[in-house]
Amino acid sequence: MAAETLTRPGPADTDEATAARAARSRRRNRRLLILGAQVLIVVVVIGGWQLGAERGWLDKFTYGSPSGVVSQLKTWFSQGTATGSIWHNIAVTMQETVLGFLIGTVAGVVLGILLGRFRALADVAAPFIKAGNSIPRVVLGSIFIMWFGLGPSGKVALAVVLVFFSVFFNAFQGTREVDRNFIANARILGASEWRVTTQVVLPSAMTWIVASLHAAFGFALIGAIVGEVLGAQAGLGQLIEQAQENFNANGVYAGIIIIAALALIAEFLITRFEMRVLRWRPSELSGDAAGL
Amino acid sequence: MRQVPATSAAPAADTRDKADRARGRCGHAPAGPVRPKVVLTEVNDTVRDAGGGTPPPDGVPAIELAAATKRFRTPSGGVYTALRDLDLRVEPGEFCAVVGPTGCGKSTTLSLVSGLEAPTAGQALIHGKPVTGIDPRVGFMFQTDAVFPWRSVLDNVAAGPRFRGMGKREAIDKARDWLRRVGLSGFEDRLPHQLSGGMRKRVALAQTLINEPEILMMDEPFSALDVQTRQIVQNELLGLWEMTRPAVVFVTHDLEEAIALADKVVVLTVGPGTVKDTFTVDLPRPRRVQEIRMQPRFVQLYERIWTCLRDEVELAYARSAGTAPADGGVALEKAGSASGPAGEGQH
Ligand SMILES: Nc1ncnc2c1ncn2[C@@H]1O[C@H](COP(=O)(O)OP(=O)(O)O)[C@@H](O)[C@H]1O
Ligand SMILES: [Mg+2]
Repeated sequence: MAAETLTRPGPADTDEATAARAARSRRRNRRLLILGAQVLIVVVVIGGWQLGAERGWLDKFTYGSPSGVVSQLKTWFSQGTATGSIWHNIAVTMQETVLGFLIGTVAGVVLGILLGRFRALADVAAPFIKAGNSIPRVVLGSIFIMWFGLGPSGKVALAVVLVFFSVFFNAFQGTREVDRNFIANARILGASEWRVTTQVVLPSAMTWIVASLHAAFGFALIGAIVGEVLGAQAGLGQLIEQAQENFNANGVYAGIIIIAALALIAEFLITRFEMRVLRWRPSELSGDAAGL
Repeated sequence: MRQVPATSAAPAADTRDKADRARGRCGHAPAGPVRPKVVLTEVNDTVRDAGGGTPPPDGVPAIELAAATKRFRTPSGGVYTALRDLDLRVEPGEFCAVVGPTGCGKSTTLSLVSGLEAPTAGQALIHGKPVTGIDPRVGFMFQTDAVFPWRSVLDNVAAGPRFRGMGKREAIDKARDWLRRVGLSGFEDRLPHQLSGGMRKRVALAQTLINEPEILMMDEPFSALDVQTRQIVQNELLGLWEMTRPAVVFVTHDLEEAIALADKVVVLTVGPGTVKDTFTVDLPRPRRVQEIRMQPRFVQLYERIWTCLRDEVELAYARSAGTAPADGGVALEKAGSASGPAGEGQH
């Protein structure tokens, strides 16, 4: 394609419409090429995996096979699992994830803005935040199981902790970066400190906060699943853990696929949310337009 | 060079006082215990000091800075004096322009009056009462865009009344009215980034004026605009100002703008800023800024004020270009060593 661009005659007085059409068709070609490459990768990997499993190059017992994964998924969705219907397991995991995500996000935003606005508070809290952040989260998983038992609250707690730190640091930084002119302007216009915080600092810091939400949802999912793997009565993590104990490789992969699908849906929703709350940003709009 | 008053007055508090005299300031108030409230200027037949005559009947200026000094702590731990012994009086309904070189403390002056900052020494008074915080009678138009980019034009203009507790419907109606006054009807739902620079300035103007301030601070509000747009917005400002007649302090580095708009022009010295001289602009109103520039009187005033301002601008330039240390005054004086590029240090 590069060669094609180079050999194309380019007189200085090229008609704009022609140029635009050429650019459009170049872009379309490029997209098709990328899509083709992606499909090829999927076909090679899955096809190779299936072929390897059938020919015995790959140990089915250890590595499973795509057809095995599909039939496992079919079983789960039609006959259910050992711990109730698959939908029940999905619901349990999603409940833990979403709850952990929401609580952790709210806590991170509130504390981040609070410490970002009040220097003294930040100075007091700094060593505790750093200490808390340095604890490996998986250790907390064990602690929470001791505290909350095998029910969902322990998983929610783990998700909250994971989400909290990722959101907190962004909210804190975002608050620090708020244009001082906006704050001064709002105060002169008559805004109370509360109004300044909710109507100037929060929307300003939103760019930073929203950027952390993508990662934060992933963390919430990790918290829920790791919690379930450590010990649970239901949930996708528990399904995966059971499959692993039964040396059912296909079960493990099937669980992973469901989780990946859920994560993609969540990512899509968060991106929608991001576009909505950051609609006012010029770069956001022009970026989208350029991408089309 | 104008008259240099009282060079033999009280001994200088610091080297900078001497430096100022070496530069021959125009309206220097000696740093003695008895400080004249008003900056006295040499009076000639055409240029009078507005505050120098008998005060108006009620005698209480809308804005007064009395020997206001503002020091900042520098990141390196030193102290930087941005303003020193600044005296300023603005009568109710008076339009006062403040000019001075970059970094001389113009923005700081405004922040003292608006209550965003408190003076380190001296006083800031509004209608004779010391400023203790942000005063609801004050409006402030900032140099850089301070219009909220996440709010629509209408919501931006309605922000002030809403912040002050007005009902939503009423505030929106009022905002629509103000948008009409600044010629932005039909742009209510736009976001600020969808407007041109001049339109954004008008939004900022409406946002500030909707609160009907008695005291209006403007910090180089139009400096980012191209010349044509700037003149249009200047005319609009004058029109709106005539309607409610707030006392204005208008900071600018553009002397033409200062003369075209103001009743009086205050020249500040290079930092630490203090009043060098005050000039009355006796051009008739209503004015049209494009035309007033052609008048002989305008040119005359321009030359006179520029003579006063030029030294300061040159000194400021020399400092920034590195041909003089940040404490330029000291270099001229060849006395005492500046404690560092941050300025005052611990004199
Ligand atoms: N918050 C602050 N902290 C430290 N120094 C400041 C602060 N605000 C202003 N200054 C200093 O005070 C001087 C005057 O600033 P400013 O009033 O903004 O000047 P101007 O508006 O005339 O350009 C400048 O040298 C600036 O660096
Ligand atoms: Mg300034």
